Amino acid sequence: MAEDTAPPAPPPFVGPLDDKDRIFTNVYGFQDWGIDAAMKRGDWDDTKKLLEIGQDEIINRIKASGLRGRGGAGFPTGMKWSFMPKESKDGRPSFLVINADESEPGSCKDREIIRHDPHKLIEGALVAGFAMRARAAYIYIRGEFIYEAKVLFAAVEQAYEKGFLGKNACGSGYDFDVFVHRGAGAYICGEETAQIESIEGKKGQPRLKPPFPAGAGLYGCPTTVNNVESIAVAPTILRRSPEWFASFGRENNRGTKLFQISGHVNKPCVVEESMSIPFKELIDRHCGGIRGGWDNLLAVIPGGSSVPLVPAKEIMDAPMDFDGLKALGSGLGTAAVIVMDKSTDIVRAISRLSYFYKHESCGQCTPCREGTGWMWRVMERLRTGDADQSEIDMLFQVTKQVEGHTICALGDAAAWPIQGLIRHFRPEIERRIAERGAPVMEAAE
Amino acid sequence: MPKVKVDGVELEVPAGATVLQACELAGKEIPRFCYHERLSIAGNCRMCLVEVKPGPPKPQASCALPAADNQEIFTQTEMVKKAREGVMEFLLINHPLDCPICDQGGECDLQDQSIAYGRGGSRFEENKRAVTEKYMGPIVKTVMTRCIQCTRCVRFAEEVAGVPEIGAIYRGENMQITTYLEHAAKSELSGNVVDLCPVGALTSKPYAFEARPWELKKTHAIDVMDAVGTNIRLDSRGRQVLRAVPRINDDVNEEWASDKTRHNVDGLVRKRLDKPFVRKDGKLVPATWEEAFKAIAAVQHGGSVAAIAGDLLDCETMFAGKLLVEKLGGTMLEGRQTGLAYDVSSLSSVVFNTPLADLETADVILLVGTNLRWEAPLVNTRIRKAIKRGAKLFAVGPEVDLTYKVEWLGNDASLLAKLPDVVLEAFGKAARPAMIVGGGVLAKDGAHGDTLALVETLGLVKDGWNGYNVLHFAASRMGGLMLGYAMDGGIKAMAQAAPKLLFSLGADDVDYAAFGSSFKVYVGHHGDKGAHAADVILPGASYAEKPGTYVNLEGRVQRGEKAVFAPGDAREDWSILRALSEVLGATLPFDSFAQLRAEMARAVPALGQEGLVDFGWLMPSLPTGATGEFGSPIKDFYLTNAICRASPTMQQCSAELIHGESFAEAAE
Repeated sequence: MAEDTAPPAPPPFVGPLDDKDRIFTNVYGFQDWGIDAAMKRGDWDDTKKLLEIGQDEIINRIKASGLRGRGGAGFPTGMKWSFMPKESKDGRPSFLVINADESEPGSCKDREIIRHDPHKLIEGALVAGFAMRARAAYIYIRGEFIYEAKVLFAAVEQAYEKGFLGKNACGSGYDFDVFVHRGAGAYICGEETAQIESIEGKKGQPRLKPPFPAGAGLYGCPTTVNNVESIAVAPTILRRSPEWFASFGRENNRGTKLFQISGHVNKPCVVEESMSIPFKELIDRHCGGIRGGWDNLLAVIPGGSSVPLVPAKEIMDAPMDFDGLKALGSGLGTAAVIVMDKSTDIVRAISRLSYFYKHESCGQCTPCREGTGWMWRVMERLRTGDADQSEIDMLFQVTKQVEGHTICALGDAAAWPIQGLIRHFRPEIERRIAERGAPVMEAAE
Repeated sequence: MPKVKVDGVELEVPAGATVLQACELAGKEIPRFCYHERLSIAGNCRMCLVEVKPGPPKPQASCALPAADNQEIFTQTEMVKKAREGVMEFLLINHPLDCPICDQGGECDLQDQSIAYGRGGSRFEENKRAVTEKYMGPIVKTVMTRCIQCTRCVRFAEEVAGVPEIGAIYRGENMQITTYLEHAAKSELSGNVVDLCPVGALTSKPYAFEARPWELKKTHAIDVMDAVGTNIRLDSRGRQVLRAVPRINDDVNEEWASDKTRHNVDGLVRKRLDKPFVRKDGKLVPATWEEAFKAIAAVQHGGSVAAIAGDLLDCETMFAGKLLVEKLGGTMLEGRQTGLAYDVSSLSSVVFNTPLADLETADVILLVGTNLRWEAPLVNTRIRKAIKRGAKLFAVGPEVDLTYKVEWLGNDASLLAKLPDVVLEAFGKAARPAMIVGGGVLAKDGAHGDTLALVETLGLVKDGWNGYNVLHFAASRMGGLMLGYAMDGGIKAMAQAAPKLLFSLGADDVDYAAFGSSFKVYVGHHGDKGAHAADVILPGASYAEKPGTYVNLEGRVQRGEKAVFAPGDAREDWSILRALSEVLGATLPFDSFAQLRAEMARAVPALGQEGLVDFGWLMPSLPTGATGEFGSPIKDFYLTNAICRASPTMQQCSAELIHGESFAEAAE
């Protein structure tokens, strides 16, 4: 009976987030990105002490914070780090690869972190790299990020000058290097094993798994690939305690998160908010509401282009976190919220995404190479209604033939938006086909 | 040894096996395109999907998944069937389906598997993709629209041939396979990609539109282009051999064949000797067999008879020739046409002692005076495999690109007597050391002895391991040596003895000017150098036109069958010699090929049964102290014998790949 009398757990904190609880304090670039300004904001503040926590303890604390990977899949970060070997049995070093190849349509958080707050990332690289006993970190930055790459190169240089990186990093006695590697503009290089291939100088094509990177990754050595945001929040979590980080969001969806809202809202923005904040509150508080009011909302792609869209009425009160959106048949992804009002040609929008995946498929494995082009072409015909009603089901089957049959997740990412469209907007597609197929009045000869 | 269940049948599979291999062990057929036993795993065609428990609720690529204990594998479930149909449909949507005009038709994996695993019709309403042709050289014809991007050719070029010149460019559905800058793939093994290609994207250029596989008679034969003794299958229609493809023999050629092996066959119908000729007033004029025999019978040889064996001969012909020479009272026999005169008192010192398959396990290898890529391309692939396992390579001799990393010590024979410490140290630690002595060494006085002296120094002979290897490159060499086709002083001594009657058994590389006074009878199949010098020509059969026993460089006795009949009046060599012997009054003691073979087995029992001959191990003591540079006995890989010199394909290969002429054509 003891359980009955226990006080009910307090409801989870789901925002709004106070300024004092924000990790990214310069995300808008109001201050300088340089190392001096960053140190004033608290970065590199006695990093040596963070390292003195000890490697296993750092991993334990990251586990305790409930941080889930911010790159889209949401794999628990601490657990990922713990897969790395504790000691090298054969002399192979370990590596940390930081994925800054942010190419997902809708996503723009890593860009903001790198251009305005790069030292959060670099300090995180040291802390995370130290925790997983890595010899060096490779930051793989998207080729199109020219200004950001310049900033990052300069920031790494600054950190070396201060002695925060290199031999005896931060006076901790640990040697750690950070290398910045520029991509050449391929979305697929955001996939972890394709990224490793690309760093090695090969064509960016995903590898077969197993072996997983933690066993044999970059140059055949144990490697962990993490998203920029996952790494950048690590020092702050250690400084402010895992409990603090875990106090935001619902169970299993802890922490703060950079949301990137684009599309038909009055003020599109990137904002750090608590996980699990309801969609409506996120939009009203930070984006000035939907263009034309809430009744004008058509659908939302809540996690970047690869997740299925969610129609207006379902998303309204949904908590913006991994599990909440999964329950709606979608996902949080990178929290790149694409808002579409009723002026959107939804079929065309999804068709454009199909084109993107067709264009970015690496061509290695059959279902994705052949399927993405097929799906896009059918989508283009559905857009104009130049199709048969039966082709809607056929297209759905084709997406199912791609999904889960490929080496990497790009096939899934190409299939899901179309599945979401068919699931929620089938009448719209049918209408177009019916209208186009209707007998056209012809003038008498 | 993990225990797995395949479709409910429990079985134990070897450690390290993949799920696909487990399924095969269980007798289940798993369709595949990209997977190939001898190449690395790509896992990209997705045709081999199966359902595996435990695991994610989606089909898994069985070629790349390690078999693990307590795995349950399902190959016949609805999920698997759907997955195969899906992949098959994807593969076919952009495939031109031009089977009626495709050379792969009838032996196409895509055809076969679409019948077995595909759905009945297509749902694809869009336009199909088309891809421009690529130029890959004189051997490989491309129709890249048919390509399914399995990357077998890419992996073969990089892993087996060692020329990373084939690759994929562009991405997504625009991905194309091509050679670097569309130059011909510079490999003597390029023809193998034709066999590897599961569709009709890469087909044989010389064989284009020649035949359908079901029209062809298939004959098992042994290749004679080099001394490896590649096991081949000759595909013939009527009286013509249309192509040669390798058979699988893990002890010899694995699954590969060199371009010369594959494409010399168009030389078999060109420049052929199809009737006897007799020299009259300095000119060779056509004659009947009777006239030719009479002309030979007229020679007053008085027992001064000799025979030279060519490089392409089978043992039976050599044996019959030897008997004939002996019956006529002669003794002189020689097969080393170019004048080599190395010591043959112990055959074990002139044979490739390490079995080819074991060569892969060697850990330190010293190459002496050899260009393996040209002298024995398939030995070179074995060494590539050894290197992959961590073998270290040193070489003395002229520097050539062997497709792998070699530490070149210099081209100086005197190095053999004073090898650098780093070599001695490496060999000192080696468990399976090997040395390969190439043709350049045997040509140099004292060098053979120098290498034999190294057997002791480098510890090449151990318990159960003999790493002393002499590399021959004439198919008839080992058989000839076993039959006694080697005399003291070599061909030079024979020329000095000036035999009155000289039988040239297909010998085309002899300097016949040295035999000015001899009456030369040429028994052979091509109008090459030997025929030009002859006084009487008796038209014989090529390797494709007679059964025969061949001994390869490691001393492996192998037998080939007769694929087609020799053209015109030409006859099998043994029957020519038999008929001639009667006219000369020295009748040979056999009336059929079977009797001849039995006779030969009686004389040299080792030739009577297939398999490796044990020569024992006996080192003769030979003079040492060679100095100077090693030469390269092969000047042009593609034109080493009469058959390939007559072959237009080999001529083009030589012109393009060795002499740099350009035959590339613009894409259509």
